[in-house]
Amino acid sequence: MTTSTERLERRSEPVASQPEDKSGQRRPSAVSVANVSKAFQLPHQQYHTLKERTLHPFRSRTFDVLQAVDHVSCEIEEGEFFGIVGRNGSGKSTLLKCIAGIYGIDAGGLRVRGRLSPFIELGVGFNTDLTARDNVMINAIMLGLTRRQARERFDAIIEFAELKEFLDLKLKNYSSGMHVRLAFAVAIQVDAEILLIDEVLAVGDAAFQQKCFDEFHRLKKAGRTIVFVTHDMSSVQRFCDRAMLLDKGRMVELGDPAMIARRYNELNFGRAVHQVDEEPDRPDGSRPNIREADIVDAWFEDVAGERIASVAHGDPCCACMEVHFNEALIDPIFGVTLRNEVGHTVFATTTALDHGPTGDFRAGENTIVRMRFENWLTASRYNLTPSIALNGRGDNAIDLREDVATLVVHGGHFTGGVANFPHGFEVEHT
Amino acid sequence: MSTTDTFGGPLKEEGVYIADRGHGPSAMGDDLHRFFNLTLTLATTEFKLRYFGSVLGYFWSLMKPVLFFGVLYVVWSVVFKLGKGVPHYPAYLLTAVMLWTFFVEATSNSVQCLLAREGLLRKMRFPRMVIPLSVALVALFNLGMNFIAVFVFAVASGVTPRASWLELPLLIALLATLAVGTGMLLSVLYVRFRDIQPIWEIVSQILFYGSPVIWTAYVLAKEHLHLLRFAMCSPIAAILTQMGHAFVDPSLGSASDYIGGAARLLIPLAIIALVFGIGLWFFNREAPRIAENI
Repeated sequence: MTTSTERLERRSEPVASQPEDKSGQRRPSAVSVANVSKAFQLPHQQYHTLKERTLHPFRSRTFDVLQAVDHVSCEIEEGEFFGIVGRNGSGKSTLLKCIAGIYGIDAGGLRVRGRLSPFIELGVGFNTDLTARDNVMINAIMLGLTRRQARERFDAIIEFAELKEFLDLKLKNYSSGMHVRLAFAVAIQVDAEILLIDEVLAVGDAAFQQKCFDEFHRLKKAGRTIVFVTHDMSSVQRFCDRAMLLDKGRMVELGDPAMIARRYNELNFGRAVHQVDEEPDRPDGSRPNIREADIVDAWFEDVAGERIASVAHGDPCCACMEVHFNEALIDPIFGVTLRNEVGHTVFATTTALDHGPTGDFRAGENTIVRMRFENWLTASRYNLTPSIALNGRGDNAIDLREDVATLVVHGGHFTGGVANFPHGFEVEHT
Repeated sequence: MSTTDTFGGPLKEEGVYIADRGHGPSAMGDDLHRFFNLTLTLATTEFKLRYFGSVLGYFWSLMKPVLFFGVLYVVWSVVFKLGKGVPHYPAYLLTAVMLWTFFVEATSNSVQCLLAREGLLRKMRFPRMVIPLSVALVALFNLGMNFIAVFVFAVASGVTPRASWLELPLLIALLATLAVGTGMLLSVLYVRFRDIQPIWEIVSQILFYGSPVIWTAYVLAKEHLHLLRFAMCSPIAAILTQMGHAFVDPSLGSASDYIGGAARLLIPLAIIALVFGIGLWFFNREAPRIAENI
């Protein structure tokens, strides 16, 4: 150990629980985050010129402090696929930038072992006046390769980005998709031990995304550490070994991705509930802000209207919810999500997609919403997550209940797929 | 695509990045080899862009100082006869213009260099000082190219190559040290104060007329020796005067002649060291916050 690592080890600050492997032995950690805090000062009056500063030397320089990361601790072990999730402004990207060594930190300690390759804000800082060839070389060297190593990796980078024909084109003539693809190829192909990835899902088309995810698997197998920032819960559950949920800079939860995904949804959709706690009394004497509507019940039923817990493959059925309106609402959006046992979303829809305006609802009214569907699901257990949102883009959620009703589908052939829709083969000699 | 680990191997302890309060993104980094590699790469790509970006790349970047020289020569030598009696005045003027162009290019390009590389700064960890250093290096490359023209012109106008020409690299190194120090200071100041740009334009105008580019110590010494002694404390003045003595014509007199003794040359040398020191200290201090303040 070098003296500098000892300095960090000696810190008496509490460190988040260490991950342990099956033998009970600690694997070496690739990234240690110990009580890290990072604040930004947002001045009320921005002095951008020396003239202003000299002319008004005594004008107060007040500023707000935005605590972007607040005493966060975690240990990311070698070879782990670690997710950092949270809403916009929760500090996840700031934390990533601290780990990446782009921002300094205000308090705590941070230790990163190994060469690190960041992919932040969809880019690696290209110069648009240079050709792809020059940019790739500069970036590879920036990421810690020597000139020779950079030349060796060059072909793999270009091949991965699928940009062989455009090598000597200046980047300003690239489409934004090509730009991002090249940046991602550099970040992923420089053979860094630690990969930091911020919002990868905006990269490229579906085919390229699939390729990226395949590459993740390969890197994981090769023992690389990947820190993955996103607000897409399905990719967290699909890839991550562990995940961390941040809210307003603080760590809310650290653990199993499925649990983190549930907590994330609770946090997102529980906003209305938190508001009740935060504003108990209003000066104008009006009622405190309560949820406009509650989902009071959810169930599956068959076409005859009987509640069911199981159904045969092929029999049509309904996913239902009962909603109590606390306030009058116009055209709220009802949503239904079905997940299978492993937590994959197999089906999701809303009235905004399929039904259109839902009409007016009075305060105090109870309403039942039914979503009838042809049951092409294969034999498995499915959970129902009903939701209700304000009219609009559907992101203004009022209530959401995770996995509140269960339906077991039986019968049908076991195919290995999640769905078995009506189909037919044709075999033809030509 | 190869799945083998080309150079990963076991994690080396030297690859550890540690941050806590006061340690973070640094100015120099801890890997000198990577530091120079990076500076050189940035500078050469920038240089290539300048020279191969247009058909007449070299021509244009030579034209600027040459035209500047032409104008100065016509105005000050032909019209106002400032170079009267000065041995090899045109050669002195051209060389001084080239050195001055280097200093101005290195410093004024430094002002906005951090902002221009914002994309890199906000997305990557690398020693921050690479950026102003690469700007100075590009200016140095340009000076090298321009000196081809200077040598041709000097020899053509009757200056004979001498052993004292070997002083030139030392003088240029001193000027470059001054330029790098100033450039580091300007680049981080610009992150805080956006009016550094016009301020530096004015300051460099003053420096231009305060330095023996169009005038020479040789002429000034005849009437204003005390003023000249004072002017020679400026590192640029001392460097240009010494250049005239070592490169153009020995009879032009050396910097130590005009400042009044070699010991006094410690003053301009100390100023160079001070400017470089302040620039380095200030850049180091600001380096961890460049990415968030930019």
